[in-house]
Amino acid sequence: MSAAAPVWAMSRRGAVLALAALAVLLRMDVLPIAADAGAPLSLLVAAAALLFLAVELGDWLGISRRWLVIAVPMLWLFVFFLVPFIVLGRISLAEPMIARPPYSPLWERGPDGSFNIIASFENFQFLYEDALYRNAYLSSIRVAGISTIFALLIGYPIAYYIARSPEPRRSVLLLLVILPFWTSFLLRVYAWIGFLRRDGVINNILSWLGVIDEPLVMMQTDFAVYIGIVYTYLPFMILPLYATLVKLDDSLLEAAGDLGASPTVTFLTVTLPLSLPGIVAGSMLVFIPAIGEYVIPALLGGPDTLMIGRVLWDEFFSSRDWPVASAVAIVMLVLVVVPIMWLQAVQNREAPK
Amino acid sequence: MTTPAIAADTRPWTDPDAQPFISIRHITKRFGDVEAVKDISLDIYRGELFCLLGGSGCGKSTLLRMLAGFEAPSEGQILIDGQDMAHVPADKRPTNMMFQSYALFPHMSVEKNVAYGLLREGKSKAEAYASAAEMLKLVKLGSFAKRKPHQLSGGQRQRVALARALIKKPKLLLLDEPLGALDKKLREETQFELIRIQETLGVTFIVVTHDQDEAMTLATRIGVMDNGVIQQVGEPREIYETPNSRYVADFIGSVNLFEGVVGPAAPDLMRVETTDLGAVSVPPVKGLTQGQTVWLALRPERITLTRNAPDGVPNAVQGLVEDVGYVGHMSAYRVRLANGRVIRVTQSNRLRDEDPISWDEHIHASWNASVVRVLTQ
Repeated sequence: MSAAAPVWAMSRRGAVLALAALAVLLRMDVLPIAADAGAPLSLLVAAAALLFLAVELGDWLGISRRWLVIAVPMLWLFVFFLVPFIVLGRISLAEPMIARPPYSPLWERGPDGSFNIIASFENFQFLYEDALYRNAYLSSIRVAGISTIFALLIGYPIAYYIARSPEPRRSVLLLLVILPFWTSFLLRVYAWIGFLRRDGVINNILSWLGVIDEPLVMMQTDFAVYIGIVYTYLPFMILPLYATLVKLDDSLLEAAGDLGASPTVTFLTVTLPLSLPGIVAGSMLVFIPAIGEYVIPALLGGPDTLMIGRVLWDEFFSSRDWPVASAVAIVMLVLVVVPIMWLQAVQNREAPK
Repeated sequence: MTTPAIAADTRPWTDPDAQPFISIRHITKRFGDVEAVKDISLDIYRGELFCLLGGSGCGKSTLLRMLAGFEAPSEGQILIDGQDMAHVPADKRPTNMMFQSYALFPHMSVEKNVAYGLLREGKSKAEAYASAAEMLKLVKLGSFAKRKPHQLSGGQRQRVALARALIKKPKLLLLDEPLGALDKKLREETQFELIRIQETLGVTFIVVTHDQDEAMTLATRIGVMDNGVIQQVGEPREIYETPNSRYVADFIGSVNLFEGVVGPAAPDLMRVETTDLGAVSVPPVKGLTQGQTVWLALRPERITLTRNAPDGVPNAVQGLVEDVGYVGHMSAYRVRLANGRVIRVTQSNRLRDEDPISWDEHIHASWNASVVRVLTQ
């Protein structure tokens, strides 16, 4: 064994090198392979060669191969999350300019050859001082908060009912909750316009029933925005709630009843506290995307529905003030991330093993 | 059989005039087409520690859950202390239950778990926690009040569950496999602990268990259940010594059963013709007719093994020792009879240096006529 191992390692190293060479040859079109077959083949071989080289390199550096497994998601997060965030942060410190790209460079050479870094927090100060942005943030938080509360009030009984249902029915109900995802989110929001508008389904039915004389104004109001957000994000509330409620042991409820708790008291003292993780998870899954929601207020809301997503869009594309827009985005991110981290910390402290 | 001399008032079931504390009358429970409990009637007296014993699926837990109020009987009536329980929900019954899984609230400390019942009664927090502390002292967990259930061992959890079920001083405590999750040593200790607590508080206990040793140790009386029916009710000794059916004889302890036909009647000894043992003398039983098929139950420890033919014992057979299991306080033998039937015999090891009967020895197995139990079903 001990003698065979180095030999095997040597031959493996040779194979990896051969593979890498093959990849290079394919890339250079040296080998006589038809072009349409050559391109995917060369990509495949190159990817394999890179992977094996990474393994070799990792072994050589003494890094456990386990890291390779998480390397791909890590790389993904780095390229598509961290790098854009840094770019955004850098733009938020710049000044707007009529140029391409429309912001000042990070540094410039003075006429005397001196080296100046151009960066200031003026944009953030501007956000803080201008009531428009403050109101947009507050109104976004309010809309998201109210929507979350309604999603919770509607979602909890549904999740509870599904979790308590016997097996064949439970699966069907869960499927029904997930079913809307089969259709594009945008189409479903458009469908709401058909329901809510002046001559839409709801007004038609109500006037046919004689309940109303004048059509109700529902489109382009905050009401429509709430409907849209609660409707869209309800499954994200139901699923985590279902996941915690389905684990709830029936005998705990029986024990509470046995000790003299009425069904209401049992719910308040046992079911509700034990489903708190689900409530927190579901609320976050609704609150966070709702805060930055752009499409729903744009399609269903009125001109005075002020939400940070729309402000962001206007700054980027109407005012073309990228630095302020970046600052808006960064502040929003901080506003959302800080409470999440705090909640996570609290949960980690309290979670029983 | 001789019954131990216990004062009559501790054995109220022997007194025909005694008022039962719990009356179960013709209770039937159906789940769909399945009858889990079939027309059970049972009286249980105040201060009893009654064990419902049976295998899984025999209906014992369903019966317990009907007493607690978690299931409604399909037919029949349950009276607790003279009060009909038909329309009393679980949270209004004078009963408490200790669950098999303990069902401790995982988000509450031990103290809060135990005080839960009192707080629901509307007792003040100070009062409830003071009683909880006292109850925890009774189950010897005084210093664990602030812990969460997941920080306790299995045995400690079991005692928290017991304390929580007892805090409201229920008239009747229902225990579903109370010792099922404990290992053997702990279980044996806890059995006597349970009896101590039951006697201290004077609460009536109904215990559901599948463990016959547990039932024998704990119970004032045992109800042996099978297939939704109570097969026999009696004191542990009664159940063991005078089982009323092959099922009970086989379920409680170990037994050798022999099928036979009743022979001609004799004044003080009856004879039963068996294929395995030949003609066997048995104590006379009323109501048997000649030619009737009966079964003889013979406990392994009532059989004596000897190398030489015993004198003056009418019931003896010859056999070959096929297997010996040395357990310490006794040895378990498997003896093959002439016709190939294997019987189980146990011999207690009283002396350290005796010469024990061993493998492949030809021996004589004998017993007294009085130890044979004749069963008709």
